[in-house]
Amino acid sequence: MQGPLIDTLARQGVTRRTFFKYCATLASLMALPPSAGRAMAEAMASAPAAAKRPSVIWLPFQECTGCTESITRSHSPTIEGLIFDAISLDYQETLMAAAGYQAEEALHKAMKDNEGKYLLVVDGSVPLGLDGAYSCIAGKSNLEALKEVAKGAAAIVAMGSCAAFGGIPKANPNPTGAVAVSDVIKDKPIINIPGCPPIPVVMTGVLAHFLTFGSLPEMDKLGRPKAFYGETIHDRCYRRPFYDQGKFAKTFDDEGARKGWCLFELGCKGPVTYNACATVKWNGGTSWPVESGHGCLGCSEPDFWDGGGFYRALSRPADPLKMAATAAAVGAAAGVAISFANRAKKSSAKTAHETVTLADLEK
Amino acid sequence: MSASLQKGINALKEVIDAPVASYLNSCVHCGLCAEACLFHLETDDPKYTPIHKLEPLRRVYEQEYTLLGRLKKMVGLSKPVTDDELEEWKELVYDSCTMCGRCSMVCPVGNDIVYMVRKLREGMAVSGHAPEGIQGAVKRTVEIGGPMGLKWPAVANVIKKAEAATGETINVDKPGVDYLVLLSSMEIVNYPEYLEALVKIFKKAGISFTLASDAFEATNAGMQIGASDLAKLIVSRIINSAEKLGVKYVLSPECGHAYMAIRWEGPNLIGRPYKFEVRHVLEVLDELRQKGVLKMKDKFKEPLILHDPCQIVRRGGVLEAPEPLVQTVAENYIPIVDKQKWNWCCGGGGGASAIHTEEAEALRAKAFRIKKRQIEENGVNTMVTFCANCRIVIEEGFDHYGMNTQLLGLTELLAEHLED
Amino acid sequence: MNEMQFLTWVRGPGLDIAIGIFLLGVLWRLIEIYSLGRKVDVAPGRHRDGASGLHTVFRRSVPPPGMVKRSPVTYIGGYVFHIGLAIIVFLFEPHIILIRDLTGLSWPGLPSQVIDLVSVITLGAMLVVLADRIKKPVKRYLSTFEDWFTWTLTFLPVLTGWMAVQHLLLPYTTMLALHILSVELLLIVLPFTKLFHAFTVFGSRWYLGKINGHRGVPV
Repeated sequence: MQGPLIDTLARQGVTRRTFFKYCATLASLMALPPSAGRAMAEAMASAPAAAKRPSVIWLPFQECTGCTESITRSHSPTIEGLIFDAISLDYQETLMAAAGYQAEEALHKAMKDNEGKYLLVVDGSVPLGLDGAYSCIAGKSNLEALKEVAKGAAAIVAMGSCAAFGGIPKANPNPTGAVAVSDVIKDKPIINIPGCPPIPVVMTGVLAHFLTFGSLPEMDKLGRPKAFYGETIHDRCYRRPFYDQGKFAKTFDDEGARKGWCLFELGCKGPVTYNACATVKWNGGTSWPVESGHGCLGCSEPDFWDGGGFYRALSRPADPLKMAATAAAVGAAAGVAISFANRAKKSSAKTAHETVTLADLEK
Repeated sequence: MSASLQKGINALKEVIDAPVASYLNSCVHCGLCAEACLFHLETDDPKYTPIHKLEPLRRVYEQEYTLLGRLKKMVGLSKPVTDDELEEWKELVYDSCTMCGRCSMVCPVGNDIVYMVRKLREGMAVSGHAPEGIQGAVKRTVEIGGPMGLKWPAVANVIKKAEAATGETINVDKPGVDYLVLLSSMEIVNYPEYLEALVKIFKKAGISFTLASDAFEATNAGMQIGASDLAKLIVSRIINSAEKLGVKYVLSPECGHAYMAIRWEGPNLIGRPYKFEVRHVLEVLDELRQKGVLKMKDKFKEPLILHDPCQIVRRGGVLEAPEPLVQTVAENYIPIVDKQKWNWCCGGGGGASAIHTEEAEALRAKAFRIKKRQIEENGVNTMVTFCANCRIVIEEGFDHYGMNTQLLGLTELLAEHLED
Repeated sequence: MNEMQFLTWVRGPGLDIAIGIFLLGVLWRLIEIYSLGRKVDVAPGRHRDGASGLHTVFRRSVPPPGMVKRSPVTYIGGYVFHIGLAIIVFLFEPHIILIRDLTGLSWPGLPSQVIDLVSVITLGAMLVVLADRIKKPVKRYLSTFEDWFTWTLTFLPVLTGWMAVQHLLLPYTTMLALHILSVELLLIVLPFTKLFHAFTVFGSRWYLGKINGHRGVPV
């Protein structure tokens, strides 16, 4: 395997063998056949000179930059970052050196040169309120920018829960009228990579798939790659045996918590959350929320912020009951009212009673 | 005549109470009551399912005493009970129900179905939907004195014969004695030996008793048809007489419904407890047995089984007395599987034996097969019981099936083998 | 509405409404029924040990002699699904957490796999009693729309709960929401149908035992 990428890696002390192992891991994570690993390695290694590498435009909207932070986290030197050597990241406000009108120029040039072929990555939700005035870049609302840039894109990656589902800005009462990318763009293939933020390797895995095969991987009903969002946290959680036995931590520092028992009672949303955290974990496999003792927030699900409270178990009511006492009182009152009506009816029946005689037995 | 649907519905409205409401709301349509009803079991006809017999009552309850029911009636989702429907139900409430109470014993949710049948009859009676046969019995009881139209002279005759047979004087209208003795018409007409037996035993036990010329009839057709006012009228004859005579006890004879009428319904019909106590003849006999007064000179040798009359045992509560008495006089008593409060009805109680239509008699004949099987399975030729109506009905059954089984009355049997 | 919003709604306003209607209905119906009262029985009672309302409340849970043979499916099927329902509802840990939230009471539960097995048995028993209701002449004769409707509303919560855990048909989140919704429907309908026997069975057995106990007959 030869190519500019291999040379770059070699200079950084990453062997060809390590690179190949990485691609094989990536392929197996996505449940692709072993041949795909090789295909990915070849595709990325033989990526031609910068100008011919696939163009990626990254638009940030109402976001916290957490997704960018996540994708740039790497613990083996440049393993995650290397993806950027296989692509031409033509516009990324956090990472690019340019600013101001030079940055805008880069954007429009990339759009023109790669029309119909560039990959559009979006993070952050799109505000619709006040005609989109809540979030503007270079004098343009996010809504306008999205529509403009999406026109020439081959596909759109909605990176993070905000872009995929509306995320935190959409949470009650949604003052900015935030919506997901898929609520705005209806005529392009969109893949959602939710998570708050998404796991780094999930993001790179999807990009690698696109680079290798020129298409987006198989998606579930919510547009998430099944390879990473096909199972719930609950079904892959190492603490599951405790759930099944009913051994729950009841507070964050009780005996159960210290013994590593299930966090269902403390509000873990594992059962309704589809993500790869339980298997792939975070920070290069160091740990993940449940392992660190905190329940899953369900951050890769739509409307997770309004899901009834992070610390309320799924089998508990999402909101405290409001009607119970009143309903009981109304019911009792109705019962009493009916009992009075019944009493009256019975007593009038008694009054209407005429002592039965033999004549009353026959018609 | 003045029976009317309105009177019937009104009567139902009067008798519906919390137990009825609770029961009707608890029924889950499991059908187990049908498995306890001899009329269903021997015909396999689901219409005889006990809870189904109560459908008119259920609708009246729902339409009159529940909010949703009232609304349903208003918008036409629940049809009012009609004359035609009650006429259709006549067979279910009377012909095929003897108020034996077995259904109430098995209902898993605790419904007292027989309790409700009794109440439904109140509506059936005054809307003119009770069987003619029972109407006749009531008429004769009210106007003449008993369901068979017996008057005092007939009773006096029986008394005279009993005096001759026993050599004892039988008091009539004597105040201050221990017991006022009642008789059922069936005993007077068909089993006058009962009185002789009673005389013999009471003589031995030193118990004083009297009959009353204005209150000799123990049965209460008013209760059986379901007309409480008439039932009250009939039972009051006994109560007034007993209280006038100042007796300590009233002796209820070997008649099922008579016991129910005088012991349990009577006080509630007049609204107060009596100034005397009611005892069933078997209770008295059992007491005597325990005191050692009832010594037998010999025993009845043939193997026999016991038929427990529903109204005395399961419905009346005389549970313990019968069996030891049978064991005292019978050498070869074979306890049957469904005994005491689990007995099977003879098929003629509750006024059913007074219904002489072809259909009713055919139905009773079918129902009788249960008793026939009991006799066959235990391989006996003798049955003993202590209710005159059961005796007549069972004898009719033996006749119908050409069985030559002997049917004995318990009091008579005891007297026959009593040490002199 | 997406699946998460659906789940949050059934856990929130849906549950509020359902429990509200349930409580309203239960109180209304209990008072409607029992306020009719009962005339005092002035006939002198006959005392017998073991013959009372309370005795019958418990004793009637035991099949009378000879009856199981006459209707084995009714008794065995009935016991299995009632006990099964009780085990699933009261001994499955997530349910116990809910009960604790609503009432403050809690107790140890059974492992999820046991509940899983019990669910399958309960579903099986319910199908058997349904088949029996269709087959047996008496049951078929007595059955009205309400019988089929209440069977369905009782079957669905067990079915959807089990399907959710087994990840059958629909994704877990939707299945869980449907499960909670089916329970809410059951709660709403309970006080106004024969399902109310869950409450009135105690009163009925009590009256039966008391009225017959007055005459000295233990029933």
